[in-house]
Amino acid sequence: MKPVAFDYERPVTLADAATLLGQSNGFAKILAGGQSLGAMLNLRLAQPDLLVDITSIPELTAVTDAGDHLEIGACVTHADIEDGRVADHFAGLLRQVAGRIAYRPVRNRGTIGGSIAHADPAADWLSALALIDAKAVVWSRAGTRPIPVADLVVSSFTTVLQPDELIRSVRVPKLSAGARWGFYKFSQKAGEFAHAIGGVLHDPARNVFRAVIGAIETAPIVVADAAALFGGGFGSELAERLDRTSVLQRLDAKNVTDEYLRSLAAVALKRAANQACAA
Amino acid sequence: MAGKPSLSQTGVGARLRRKEDDRFLHGRGQYIGDVRFPRMREIAFVRSPVAHARLTGVRIPDHLRSSVFTAKDLTDVRAIRAVSPLPGFQASEQPPLVIDKIRHVGELIAMCVADTRAEAEDIAAQVIVEYEELPAVVDMLKAQEPGSVLVHDTVKRNIYLEVGFDGAIEAAARTAPVKVTRELRTARQVMSPIECRGFVAQWDTRLSQLILHGATQFPHVVRTGLAQVLQIPEIQIRVVSPDVGGGFGYKAILAGEEICLCWLAMRCGYPVRWLEDRREQLTANANCREHHYVISAYADEQGTLLAFDAKASVDSGAYSAYPFTSAIEPSQVAAILPGPYVIPVYRCKANAVVTNKCPQLPYRGVARPNVCYAMELMLDAIARQIGKEPYEVRLANLVRPEQMPFDNVTDKHFDSGDYPEILRKAVDAIGVPAIRARQQHGESDGRLIGLGISIFSEQTAHGTTADGKRRALYEQVFARLTPDGRLEVRAGIQSIGQGLETTLAQIASECMGIAPADIHVKLGDTEVSPYSSGAWGSRGIVWAGGATARACKELASRVAAVGAAMLQTDVKSVQVRDGSVFGPRGSVSLSDIARAFYLAPSDLPGDIDPHGLEVTGGYAPSRLTGVHTGSAHAAVVAVDPETGGVEILDYVVVEDAGVLINPMIVDGQIFGGTAQGIGAALFEEMPFDTQGQPLASTLADYLLPGCPEVPNIRVFHMETPSPYTEFGQKGVGEGGAIGPGAAIANAVNDALHRLGVEICEIPITPRRILAALASAKRAGTPSRRESASA
Repeated sequence: MKPVAFDYERPVTLADAATLLGQSNGFAKILAGGQSLGAMLNLRLAQPDLLVDITSIPELTAVTDAGDHLEIGACVTHADIEDGRVADHFAGLLRQVAGRIAYRPVRNRGTIGGSIAHADPAADWLSALALIDAKAVVWSRAGTRPIPVADLVVSSFTTVLQPDELIRSVRVPKLSAGARWGFYKFSQKAGEFAHAIGGVLHDPARNVFRAVIGAIETAPIVVADAAALFGGGFGSELAERLDRTSVLQRLDAKNVTDEYLRSLAAVALKRAANQACAA
Repeated sequence: MAGKPSLSQTGVGARLRRKEDDRFLHGRGQYIGDVRFPRMREIAFVRSPVAHARLTGVRIPDHLRSSVFTAKDLTDVRAIRAVSPLPGFQASEQPPLVIDKIRHVGELIAMCVADTRAEAEDIAAQVIVEYEELPAVVDMLKAQEPGSVLVHDTVKRNIYLEVGFDGAIEAAARTAPVKVTRELRTARQVMSPIECRGFVAQWDTRLSQLILHGATQFPHVVRTGLAQVLQIPEIQIRVVSPDVGGGFGYKAILAGEEICLCWLAMRCGYPVRWLEDRREQLTANANCREHHYVISAYADEQGTLLAFDAKASVDSGAYSAYPFTSAIEPSQVAAILPGPYVIPVYRCKANAVVTNKCPQLPYRGVARPNVCYAMELMLDAIARQIGKEPYEVRLANLVRPEQMPFDNVTDKHFDSGDYPEILRKAVDAIGVPAIRARQQHGESDGRLIGLGISIFSEQTAHGTTADGKRRALYEQVFARLTPDGRLEVRAGIQSIGQGLETTLAQIASECMGIAPADIHVKLGDTEVSPYSSGAWGSRGIVWAGGATARACKELASRVAAVGAAMLQTDVKSVQVRDGSVFGPRGSVSLSDIARAFYLAPSDLPGDIDPHGLEVTGGYAPSRLTGVHTGSAHAAVVAVDPETGGVEILDYVVVEDAGVLINPMIVDGQIFGGTAQGIGAALFEEMPFDTQGQPLASTLADYLLPGCPEVPNIRVFHMETPSPYTEFGQKGVGEGGAIGPGAAIANAVNDALHRLGVEICEIPITPRRILAALASAKRAGTPSRRESASA
């Protein structure tokens, strides 16, 4: 299939992008790489009047070191991160996640901001950035507001973003020396969307012990204090200590009833815990 | 001419690099997507959104009336009727555009034309289809029950055809010490060539001729079929198939889209093109493979088969597809299920069932992958029941080489082959003892190792009917020595990626002594080639290869006659080889012979054969029942019992396709086919909901194996010549796709049976594995999981 006719604009400033979005009465779509939107356009699942391509706005491709965190422009590609063009202050977590997203051609064009704005629950960034407690810096003419990535997504393909808002950058806290993480994604074949994601992060210097359960057909489950899941703090036999009942209760709370997803979620978390301990 | 000919560097047996790859690898291939003509316009179709309904109206906005065509316009086009001559066959009528009844999602309702495809889709979006929905017939077992809604009023009980064999199994059933019964399923799949279907139709006013460019495996068959439905003389139709980006059976059909295009091109005065997109291919067109079996096998304590009793259903979908009909799969099921085994008593009933799904088409291997899966799972089940190695049970039942030629229980005629040796080679190559030892001590990562084997016989290159008893349509190939001394070979068969431009050139080189670089094989155009029934049934290298040999041998004898005259010697004393005719004293090159014949005939004596240096050679194998290629597949898998993930650790294929014309190309055929079989085993499935909606509409939903999922496939060849073919070659195009479903399913079950799990359907997805493990755990006792839903 081919897309419906639409206008295409490629502004070079945020102000111009905002003007275009403001003029479109909600019938515009932001193009930030197009690796999901392109297919949706071709299938006519998206039928916008206007595409606003934001990839030429310089501040959206910038990466800024702000001391305790890195401000990664929304239009930085997965490949930029995978290849190390974005400095690694994350003990390799972002690089590894980036390198396992879909296929290399997708990673060459797909962007970190585009991915979380698209809000596919099975996407890698949603879970990984929620795990590391990153914030989406949301911009509009009215100003900026940082939203924890975990709170950005309401449900499948739905975010709290308003029509005149866009994600300017992703604010990712730097990990301390000695931080450990595990991130396990299960898919049936390489490059496929995840059937299950489990993540565990321990950064003792920052007093962080978090976990995430993702790819559950809605926003990921973020456990800010993972001690509740593992019956205590980070340490030996972590995977063995995983409280399966607690996992299932959290899945119940999100209405995840599919036995397949439920059993995989616990396995993914367990394997992430093993990775974190082995790191 | 049995017997293995001597290997030459460019002839039969050479690992010659493919001539066509120069253009393919440099991006100079030409597919339908590359074909453009001046003033060409594009077509998009309005398709049915529902599976079963009465069509009550098609509303077209007034300003679009000249751009939209419906069945009310195509009144002078006949419906597609694909009728099997088998007794009891009930035919369907498939109009190119729906007239009054919708029978599957995606069925064609209106044709929209515009300057671009996007604009044509805009028009299609404004056409409103009005209908009264009917209950959809989705499950092929329920479809056959009394009282089921009928899809066609004319097809009683929703059964196109019942076929079978009626052996008296009762005695064995009563007394056999070992009885194993299983219910088995193979999922509906979608054949997925990289290039979908596509056509460009135009009317040549000078020649009064319809010219159809189309991605097809058999341009001549399309021409014949088009002449019937369009009701015009065949001479007024030319079908050109440029490069074809994969066929696999999906391009061996005549369907509504190309008929509509031709109808329009004959009236509108401009060329029209339709390129199928991936969603149309997945949801509306390319269904295949869905079978259901209930089988009981009876054996003695050693596993020797005493009797075999099967009931099979094939979900043939809403229409009998042209030209192979909905009879082809159940006929193959009933006839081929016994495989390479000696089965004393055999009963089988196989039905082709009508459902509200798009027509099932014969995909690479046709029913063979399914019957191989069914038979080979039964043999493993017997082996487990009696506590023997699965390969030992097979060895106890395989036809032995000293029985060749062998007529089996369904009257299939095995021409040659050593099946026990094929199996032994596979068992040796995969290393059974080492795997059994590895299973004993377990894996540090908790995965479970499994070993699976399948062995099968592929009846290839049979006559133009599956039973082979009717007369052959002979295959012809044209060969001409051009005035500059090169060889032109024209064939009506089409290359769909299998390297015929190279292998036919090798055969011509073998027969004429000309270097392949000086041989040009031209394919795919009805206007310039002899009639051919096309590329299907692994027939190309036997039939077109044989015809190429016949044409080139006759041409060689004519060249020899001219050469002898020029050498002033007796024709019996000359040889044609190495680009020349050699006499007792000296030689003359083929280019000198061609130059003399065409440009200086006055130099030749007066008694030269007036038929000249061009020949149409005709050929059929000396038996029409096909030549049987034997093959065994062996797989080692690691199953993750926590995720249901399956990794293929090792994969072996032993193949005996007779004398190999080009072993490198055969390797490629096997690799590609095996990759598709891995798809069937582990990934590919087109699910439908209860209303008949196909649920996988993109390749994100319909999973195909990619490079990481296809292991290094280790291929071993045997070369037992067929006594019935020109060089002893056998067909091999489909074989790779037949064995993997069975081998991998057996391997997974070998890994899981200690946990009380046996999965009796493919694809074996992580979801199915986890569900089977969970239910075995709940039951607390070994249980068999049959036909789990997705």
